[in-house]
Amino acid sequence: MATVNITIDGQKIAARAGSTVLEAAREAGIDIPTLCYHPALPPEGACRVCLLEIEKQRTLQPACTFPVTEGMVVHTRSEKVISARKFVLELLLSDHPLDCMTCEMAGNCELQNLAYEYGIKESRFPGIQHSYPVDDPNPFIERDYNKCILCRRCVRACNYMNGVEAIGVVYRGFQAKIGTAFDGYLEDSPCEFCGMCVAVCPTGALIPKQRKGQGREWEFKKVTTTCSYCGVGCQFDLNVRNGRIVQVTSNWDAPANHGLLCVKGRFGWDYVHHPDRLTKPLIKKDGAFVEATWDEALDLVASKLSEVKEKYGSDAIGVLSSAKCTNEENYAMQKFTRAVLGTNNVDHCARL
Amino acid sequence: MTNSFDDIANDAQVYFIIGSNTTETHPVLGMRIRQAVKQRGAKLILCDPRSIPISEFATLHIRQKPGTDIALLNGIMHVLIAEELYDKKFVAERTEGFEEFKAKIMEYPPERAAEICGITPEEIIEAAHLLAENRPGALLYAMGITQHTTGHQNVLSTANLQMLLGNMGVPGGGVNPLRGQVNVQGACDMGALPNVYTGYQAVTLEASQKKFEEAWGVPLPNKVGLTVVEMINAAETGKIKAMYIMAENPMVSDPDVNHVKKGLEGLDFLVVQDIFLTETAALADVVLPGPSFAEKDGTFTNSERRVQFVRKAVEPPGEVRQDWWIIGEIARRMGYDGLTYNSPREIMDEINRLTPSYAGITYDRIGTQGLQWPCPNTDHPGTPVLHVGKFSRGLGHFSAVDWQPPAEEPDEEYPFIFTTGRVLYQYHTRSMTGRSEGLDAMFPEAVVELNAGDASRLGIADGQMVKVASRRGEVVAKAEVSDKVEAGVVFMPWHFAEAAANKLTIAALDPTAKIPEYKVCAVKVEAAA
Ligand code: SF4
Ligand code: SF4
Ligand code: SF4
Ligand code: FES
Repeated sequence: MATVNITIDGQKIAARAGSTVLEAAREAGIDIPTLCYHPALPPEGACRVCLLEIEKQRTLQPACTFPVTEGMVVHTRSEKVISARKFVLELLLSDHPLDCMTCEMAGNCELQNLAYEYGIKESRFPGIQHSYPVDDPNPFIERDYNKCILCRRCVRACNYMNGVEAIGVVYRGFQAKIGTAFDGYLEDSPCEFCGMCVAVCPTGALIPKQRKGQGREWEFKKVTTTCSYCGVGCQFDLNVRNGRIVQVTSNWDAPANHGLLCVKGRFGWDYVHHPDRLTKPLIKKDGAFVEATWDEALDLVASKLSEVKEKYGSDAIGVLSSAKCTNEENYAMQKFTRAVLGTNNVDHCARL
Repeated sequence: MTNSFDDIANDAQVYFIIGSNTTETHPVLGMRIRQAVKQRGAKLILCDPRSIPISEFATLHIRQKPGTDIALLNGIMHVLIAEELYDKKFVAERTEGFEEFKAKIMEYPPERAAEICGITPEEIIEAAHLLAENRPGALLYAMGITQHTTGHQNVLSTANLQMLLGNMGVPGGGVNPLRGQVNVQGACDMGALPNVYTGYQAVTLEASQKKFEEAWGVPLPNKVGLTVVEMINAAETGKIKAMYIMAENPMVSDPDVNHVKKGLEGLDFLVVQDIFLTETAALADVVLPGPSFAEKDGTFTNSERRVQFVRKAVEPPGEVRQDWWIIGEIARRMGYDGLTYNSPREIMDEINRLTPSYAGITYDRIGTQGLQWPCPNTDHPGTPVLHVGKFSRGLGHFSAVDWQPPAEEPDEEYPFIFTTGRVLYQYHTRSMTGRSEGLDAMFPEAVVELNAGDASRLGIADGQMVKVASRRGEVVAKAEVSDKVEAGVVFMPWHFAEAAANKLTIAALDPTAKIPEYKVCAVKVEAAA
């Protein structure tokens, strides 16, 4: 690996050639605040919160786009830098509803975290605030652009992760906002509801509708598991509170999908808690199902299968295992068919 | 898949997608291919009768008639051989059977192939040139290739093409079947098939039989069993008397569902284990409630042969018990104790012991990144790309494959070619997505895609209810009139029980792979009264 020697806050670092100052700093364990930067997206240098003092540069430079060069000396905590950061944050907060107490993202919001870190309570720049309607009727994504900081992560996600380019910056200047081509509803755009924009949004501007009112970020237990739908086998984190799933979040370390998900994986888990779920064994009596105990049901199955096996032979029984079940369950099922029923009549819907 | 998603996404210079609506059925892979095309200029050849979302990103979209894939592939290979654009070194060093194969290919000049496929010879030539000029290239297919009476031949044909191009055993290449359901790969690997134990050890092979008899402590049958469709047929003729079905819904997913219903209703005893009372469970004598994916521990194996953890996040509702526990209990009550496990880990230990390709895939090693089989021991890192340097069988075999017409072709009475597929917002028989509020709201009912010209000739307007009938049944659904399908072709998604496309499909099977021909049959269409 080719390296270049740089100094950050007095610490000498051998940085990977071609990396940005931000990457070099983070690899060395030095924290630089960011908002528009996301490790899975190309950098854009839009928010200016990562500004740094680089010796021999006349102005402050954004860490997320500035490449390392040999002998570079960088200050991330100088007075000039801190006051620039505070300025940027105050400006952002001047057009941001200060309703963190009811915001779903509280506790996981990058803007809130930075405001906390830099002790910014209120803005020195009171001015007009936007007041956008929050009214997109789609079933998955709530879009509250009053909370948007125009970091454009969502736009890049839609372009560089999904690819359909359903959203972009519409209008200019103070009117600038994120929207679909005609600033309409997502359903009327090429949007595929993959939710990658939600996954990368640093604020509460984009949130899954399913999680509204389901609890605060710090109450969620995250369990990494594999999607139950297609054969890509994406992994993600199920967020759980009080024994119920509240949302799915991207797991950026997942080997098959690297954090990417589609609408089924991200939003299609709610069948798990559907009232139609079977909760007790059922036995059909006179054409209608009656609830039974496990003992009754299992004894009946065992005796019926034994009866058929005895009367008509093993090959009179057929078993369908399942491509929706785990390897362990499939293993058990084929072993059961072969070792207990005594037939190779076992298959699943692989071909269908 | 011979290759992995990462190398396919990062290293392929051209994608050859045939019979896969990738962005709707394998959306995350579709996203990654779209990125490869957009960000690094990879080429994309799409062979699909329909205009599908990924068409927009295709360098070349060939719209062959359903059921003509072999003619198309042979035509492309004809150009590669005739213009000497194929990888001669690879063919000489790594393959066998080339001469016989070449003789067969020479029967498919682009003009003849194009005529069978209903396309132009130029399209075939352009595809061949794109493939020859951009290497490596990854070939991807899904059910559009396998669900034909010639499905097995279709698969051989895709392998021929990739060997001819020298695209085997290299990152960014390979023959890559995309598995429809999450654990199709795993269910096959685990021997949930009538002819093999785990890791594809044949039930007819004496050595495997002995090995498993010893491990399981019982004598085992060595006769190949019945496939799904054969079981249903045997149920109808009374040869199969009882069935045990776990988490499958043949009442919607199988071809010719009227016939499935007759078969299942005629059984002496049917037990179904599932999370919902599916159309199939409704016919059962006993229904056993199982857990959903979020309520269980275990592993799934994805299309790239990667074994990954499934982890329990919530408790199952009510008295639901684990599937493996249920199976073990039935076994115990039938007098067999060898299925009484304490945990999925214990089952995997047994799989590791009995399955060479899974021997190194232990719970201690799967970790966050999973492991790709073959992984023969606990020091092995797993295998991201198959056939590097050498095919598992030694030399790659070229098969001479002939095009054959589908089992049922359009005629005067049933003048349209009927084909089926899937949509982004639904999955399989809708037992899950139909109960996901948002997904179901996005695509709540079946549609019948009709070509605009055909529709106007039949006097059918967009959104009007139409009746589609085949020799086996009829369904009524809303017409979607567009140019998504070509004249003479009718398409329906098959997810919907209320308008079950599989009432129309034919249970004609590929003689080798036993896959039904969902992708082609003949129908007629009229406005519904
Ligand atoms: S959900 Fe996906 S497709 Fe829709 S706007 Fe967001 S990133 Fe784009
Ligand atoms: S919606 Fe979120 S991600 Fe998009 S620009 Fe606004 S704050 Fe950034
Ligand atoms: S998230 Fe989408 S692409 Fe990924 S496994 Fe699930 S269904 Fe497939
Ligand atoms: S994080 Fe660098 S400019 Fe936004």
